[in-house]
Amino acid sequence: MEDIIIIGGGIIGSLIAYNCSKYHCNVLLLEKENDIANKATMANSAIIHAGYDPDDYSLKAEMNIRGARKYPSLCRELKVDFKQIGSLVLAVNENEVHTLERLHNQAKKRGIKTQLIGRDELLTLEENISDNVIKALYCKQTGIVTPWKIAIAAMETAMSNQCKCELNQEVRDIVAEEDGFTVKTQDHTYRAKIVINCAGIYADKINEMVTHKKDFNILPRKGEYFVLSKNASNFVKHVIYPAPTKKGKGVLVVPTVHGNILLGPSASKQKDREDNSTSESGLAYVREKVEKIVKNVPYQEIIHSFSGLRASCASNDFIIEESSVKNFINVAAIDSPGLASAPAIAEKVVNDYVLTRLNLSKRMFFAHRVKNVVINECSTDEKERYIEHNPKYGRIICRCEQVSEGEIIDCIRRKCGARSIVAVKKRVRPGMGKCQGGFCEPLVVKILAKELGISPSEVDYNEKGSPVLVCESKGVHHEKG
Amino acid sequence: MRKVDCVIVGGGSAGMSCAVAIARFGIKDILMIEREKELGGILNQCIHHGFGLHIYKKECTGPEFAQLLIESVKKYHIDIKLDTTVINITEGKKVTYVNEDEGVVEVQAKAIVMACGCMERSRGMISIPGDRCGNVLTAGTAQRYLNIDGYMCGKRVFILGSGDIGLIMARRMTLEGAKVLGVAEIMPYSNGLSRNIVQCLEDFNIPLYLNTTVTRIIGHPRLERIELSSVDENLRPIKDSEWSVAVDCLLLSIGLLPDTSLLNKLNVERDPQTRSVAVNEAFEMSLSGFFACGNVLQVHDLVDDVYLEAEVCGREVARYLHDGFVDEEMVHVCAGENVAHVVPQRLRKENMQDDCRFSFRVKKPMRDCILRIRSGENILREVKKRVMLPAEMEKLDLEKSMLMGAKDLVFEVKEDV
Repeated sequence: MEDIIIIGGGIIGSLIAYNCSKYHCNVLLLEKENDIANKATMANSAIIHAGYDPDDYSLKAEMNIRGARKYPSLCRELKVDFKQIGSLVLAVNENEVHTLERLHNQAKKRGIKTQLIGRDELLTLEENISDNVIKALYCKQTGIVTPWKIAIAAMETAMSNQCKCELNQEVRDIVAEEDGFTVKTQDHTYRAKIVINCAGIYADKINEMVTHKKDFNILPRKGEYFVLSKNASNFVKHVIYPAPTKKGKGVLVVPTVHGNILLGPSASKQKDREDNSTSESGLAYVREKVEKIVKNVPYQEIIHSFSGLRASCASNDFIIEESSVKNFINVAAIDSPGLASAPAIAEKVVNDYVLTRLNLSKRMFFAHRVKNVVINECSTDEKERYIEHNPKYGRIICRCEQVSEGEIIDCIRRKCGARSIVAVKKRVRPGMGKCQGGFCEPLVVKILAKELGISPSEVDYNEKGSPVLVCESKGVHHEKG
Repeated sequence: MRKVDCVIVGGGSAGMSCAVAIARFGIKDILMIEREKELGGILNQCIHHGFGLHIYKKECTGPEFAQLLIESVKKYHIDIKLDTTVINITEGKKVTYVNEDEGVVEVQAKAIVMACGCMERSRGMISIPGDRCGNVLTAGTAQRYLNIDGYMCGKRVFILGSGDIGLIMARRMTLEGAKVLGVAEIMPYSNGLSRNIVQCLEDFNIPLYLNTTVTRIIGHPRLERIELSSVDENLRPIKDSEWSVAVDCLLLSIGLLPDTSLLNKLNVERDPQTRSVAVNEAFEMSLSGFFACGNVLQVHDLVDDVYLEAEVCGREVARYLHDGFVDEEMVHVCAGENVAHVVPQRLRKENMQDDCRFSFRVKKPMRDCILRIRSGENILREVKKRVMLPAEMEKLDLEKSMLMGAKDLVFEVKEDV
């Protein structure tokens, strides 16, 4: 019997696992995908909003403010990037100026430093601001992160501290029993005292398995984005928001940690929970709306487009509570600002529902994460030392992002290691550059095949059962692995 | 720090041809850096024939052509680093490379030749909507999987874009037993060489759909189907013209982009039309001592042309290293009406050795037209052409004597009325 089963390995589930792993307890995380952080955590704006935006007295406001403050130390702990680049909310008319003033006051009340600036000052911060913009709300606290790297780092650390993680396990049924729960996936049956539902877009379905009621309803809301290459990295330096409306934060321009630029998201409701395809209309919407806030958009630098499904809910607030069934905890409807709130949400769940119910002692020897080698970020001396130690760090596989074979092997061998081409790309970036994997994908497939002891035609692109290669060509004999 | 006369970045057709030329003109201290384990570059995966007709007067396969070049390279004492990647180049001509044996090495060069080829345009660059499955890949990547690694990436294949690699792959995959269901081209004309349309599509009854593009990719977790649409004259998909095909692989052959990423940090003049750097008649960039040739400079159709361009470049590199160039004002060379780009983009009259070869492409297919090169109102040359196609790079030699009086040059093509 496990102490805790966490359903869903997005950033919420991973951070809960991480927080739990600081205590002596048996934790199992079940993920239906072929990798941690493969859904909403993989496809969002990657911003740590400061927290002045959500409505007063909402869980969103409380979690966002607290979560944003935790990020710098959390990222230090997990050895992942956090960049405090600041943000600008732009107003193009008097109505929107009022919105900025309201946000400015709200920020003041919440102890967040913001500043209203005029167009002239704005232009000293950013060049490519649209001609219609008259005022901006400047917040230096806003940060950017790589969300999936945080989730993976958290899960990796949790696993170094005895947490278990099972991929490709889709929860099919949960039975509440006297002393706990039986959780059934397509392959296995597990038991636990506490079940924490972090199933994102399926959180309502998972809840229904236990309470047999439709206590809440998750409404998938699709957001589509463009990615610009690093050649466009000078386009903006801050996170650029339009003035928010009742519908949300709108289409943004966001620098990423690695020097790309995101344009998006669109926002469209849909019924299908699996369909995260991009659409012509969604991408056209992003292009149209982004012009409201910026000009000279370097569209010729678009290298990728993607979309993600946000797990929204009609009540428009997070659900972080025990369900009607004792010890079954829902962490649901975590849409924006879910990423910014994640560390606070994970802390709240562990404090309120784990530590109060299980008598746990703190792990004396907590294994902290050792940062992975990133050759591209090393000084020449450091590179020299790493290559001397392991020559594979000297063999560049991805020329665009300058990723070495050693880094790719590391990310497969580490705990919570990569099992697919996309999983490697998420961790160490081959294929994230301008050629989008055109040159390096065949090399990554070879390395994965060798490390996993499978044939290249068995190497998945992303989900289980998604190989790029279908068979060997005529008359070629390969050694397996 | 090691000092060399010349570093050549890339050991493909351009790099090797350039290296041989530099060596032949008496430069001894040449370092050629190649990221793959063998010289030859993309030639190694082009196992079809049709290479070398102009240079070697025989029809070679890609690897055969590469081998002939490798043999020429071996006649000279050229230091070759294989499985080695250049990771940085400074304006002061310091080149940093990395490999397994030596780690990180910095070399001071007197001249640098960029001969690192091009990359294929990907799905992301044209934003095809739909699911993001892995079975949508560029034709060159599929070619590598098949011809180098020995794996097929599909049994029912469709190809978007009629670029030459796509056409070659249509034939290649058919010969390997795949069913190639068609090639879609968004333009009203093919973007590949005519001989490839005949030999790779027509001979195998593979249909070519013009004015057609892929408007949706469907399949989870693997590719199942693609949706195609006809396009209007503005290349926008026409509503209700959609049709779909069940496929397990979509190959993209939608164009090539010079890979100038190593020069991103350098302050060097660029040409938005070639999407590469601008060079003068010596293939020298706006930074003195930096040269470029082959597909990194402009995308060629034929390796023979790459060979010849790199050979001239090599000769000029040697001249730069022996005597240096004379400082002088540049003549600008511009792409005028119906011309997509011209290389070289600059001309220095005093430094010109002899005739200058210009390479250019037309923007659209033209019939019975006149190619005109003018300097202001002064027409330097007029050539009547029966057919000019964007898929076929045009070459034109202009005599030095004729260019001596010229101011800025404009290349234009007009319908002959």
